[in-house]
Amino acid sequence: MFESLQDKLGGVFSRLTRRGALKESDVAEAMREVRVALLEADVALPVVRDFVRKVQEQAVGTEVLRGINPAQQVIKIVHDELVAMLGSEQEPINLRANPPVPVLMVGLQGSGKTTTSAKLALKLTNKENKKVLLASLDVYRPAAQEQLRVLGEQAGVKVLPVIPGQMPVDIAKRAMQAGALQGYDVVILDTAGRLAIDEALMAEVVAVKAAVNPAEILLVVDSLTGQDAVNTGKIFKDRVGITGIALTRVDGDARGGAALSMRAVTGCPIKLLGVGEKIDALDDFHPARVASRILGMGDVVSLVEKAAATIEKEDAEKLEQKMLKGQFDLDDLAKQFRQMRKMGGMDGLMALLPGVGKVKKQMAESNINDQMLARQEAIILSMTRKERRKPDVLNGSRRRRIAAGAGVQVQDVNRLLKQFQQMAQVMKKMGKLQKKGAMSPQALRNLIPPQGYGR
Amino acid sequence: MADEKKRGWLGRLREGLARTASNLTGGITAIFTKKKLDDETLENLEELLIAADLGVGAASAVTKRLASTRYNKEISAEEVKEALAEEVTKILAPVALPLIIDASRKPHVVLVTGVNGTGKTTTIGKLAHRLRQQGHSVMMAAGDTFRAAAIEQLQVWGERAGVPVVSGAVGADAAGLAFEALQRAKADSIDVLLIDTAGRLQNKANLMAELTKIVRVVQKLDPTAPHDTLLVLDATTGQNAHSQVDLFRQAANITGLVMTKLDGTARGGVMVALAERTKLPIHMVGVGESIDDLQPFDALSFARSLAGLADETVS
Repeated sequence: MFESLQDKLGGVFSRLTRRGALKESDVAEAMREVRVALLEADVALPVVRDFVRKVQEQAVGTEVLRGINPAQQVIKIVHDELVAMLGSEQEPINLRANPPVPVLMVGLQGSGKTTTSAKLALKLTNKENKKVLLASLDVYRPAAQEQLRVLGEQAGVKVLPVIPGQMPVDIAKRAMQAGALQGYDVVILDTAGRLAIDEALMAEVVAVKAAVNPAEILLVVDSLTGQDAVNTGKIFKDRVGITGIALTRVDGDARGGAALSMRAVTGCPIKLLGVGEKIDALDDFHPARVASRILGMGDVVSLVEKAAATIEKEDAEKLEQKMLKGQFDLDDLAKQFRQMRKMGGMDGLMALLPGVGKVKKQMAESNINDQMLARQEAIILSMTRKERRKPDVLNGSRRRRIAAGAGVQVQDVNRLLKQFQQMAQVMKKMGKLQKKGAMSPQALRNLIPPQGYGR
Repeated sequence: MADEKKRGWLGRLREGLARTASNLTGGITAIFTKKKLDDETLENLEELLIAADLGVGAASAVTKRLASTRYNKEISAEEVKEALAEEVTKILAPVALPLIIDASRKPHVVLVTGVNGTGKTTTIGKLAHRLRQQGHSVMMAAGDTFRAAAIEQLQVWGERAGVPVVSGAVGADAAGLAFEALQRAKADSIDVLLIDTAGRLQNKANLMAELTKIVRVVQKLDPTAPHDTLLVLDATTGQNAHSQVDLFRQAANITGLVMTKLDGTARGGVMVALAERTKLPIHMVGVGESIDDLQPFDALSFARSLAGLADETVS
């Protein structure tokens, strides 16, 4: 998500930056392009209008700060406005209520409520140490209750047994009773998909709300949603009184307009992002990072967090020591390949890095992908232990043997070794930096290629 | 629900579409209560079309066409609606084509694809019912072996429509299941085989490759199959529908579109842009949750409904 919006805005801004002084007409022209870029990204029209107006007002009224050029100033205003629009703070799921805390999931058909319910249950169980009960109030769609039961099983979370024929309000009450009696911390109530204009079903969800008084009512929204985000968001907000938004299918290639629209229209914070089909693929939403990502500044913080969660700490420390001493060997490289796969593969990682929109395209064109990672790992695994520790011994005949063992050409082996050498050099440099105690964020940033524009 | 059954499908379709169009047309009326068609009005009209998900390109194209004949003329709201419907119909009429079943193929294989949550399984259930009513013998293959309870969901539809469902184990190879279903359909001399597939995001290369594999494997038994490959689009989807169509087309050679959930507030205007760009047939629209709520796509009533003229047309 967000990549092509990023590409579009990046284009607008780089044209803007190339000019020295900015005339008002330049800004107006740029804002017209921003408007189209946002609309093509499915940001709702009223939201776009509002956004463009705010940016223009500020751009005209501000004095240009010393040290940055006018274009950078405009970009900063756009960035700040984007952050403001997305909400500046990350807001966690609200569980401040007497246990069992009811959480109600609502939304249109097919937005991903049931999957998100199960993912949230797993997240609260693992990350917050909560005892969670799931209950399906979807008595309409065939096999919906069965779906939640299976997902609960996969997540290892208890699901309220189904009593055939019981209606949603009664199921909700029964879930809360079971939750109270059996000492659950949280009860997640998954509801049927409903159209915002379906009066009967909207009244039903209001009745459920009245019966259990949820601490959190999450509107589950498909990030592929177009202009309808305005209607859906508004009606659910007005009618049901939602408290937060869960955005699903963020791993698709939609341009993320729904995120901006939903937040602006409902005024409710986006709290969760569904980022994949696996049951643990649910992330917190960090507005500032997303705004940076939209403007092409990457999401280094997310990357660091992801890395921290995935890489075993001990391994990381060992690796660090080796790096410091310049002893990074091919075994470590293979380990890194494996870790990259764990962290969501190349695509997952690249999406988080700054300024890689273009690189990513080049990679796609030259067919660099996870399969290639696997192949490189195979090459390393075809080496003897000695060869992995001391790549210097790799002569022609050894390389031929390795190529045959991994089922690749000798050139592939050579390429890998060359990459490894380059990497080892960078590692050494980083090691030196760290020894000097210069591993500051600034120093890290210096290692990352400079961006076209600053914050 | 019982009441709805009596009203016939046109009524329901029109009602569904009228709701979706009401915002759009309310807006138009506000702009054009006897006004000159000037730049500002055209710009507002363009924005209204954008708000209906036509996309910037298609919205501006339709607006330009309006302007080419009526610029600076006094024009009423009603005339603008007529003109708008006319332009939209021109775009949609060539692609409003029914799904034609050739029962002599025994079976005519229909593969149903789409991203997650667009309504593939529901559409297949309704389509099976419809084809049964038309007198075809139908079989369904529960090819969504990934999503929890997708198989059970299709089985319920099978019972409702009175159609046998071929299913395998959860997590089983979908291509293998499709193959088996086709074998059985051939053996039982069934007219139509409907193959459900798991929802997949079009940018997931490995999942799209899986879809290609289903097609390839089915072709081992019948080189002409699948005879129709449908992409199910959700009416709430915005401009991402373009990417969906392009990538599903690459992976599975989509032959036609179905748009679901047109009974909500979403307007499905992206269909206009898709029709113009891809020329892919639009076979059917889903306008509700009951088994009769799958209807052939009618360009004129869609366009007129979009323009707020539904009341005077048809029936």
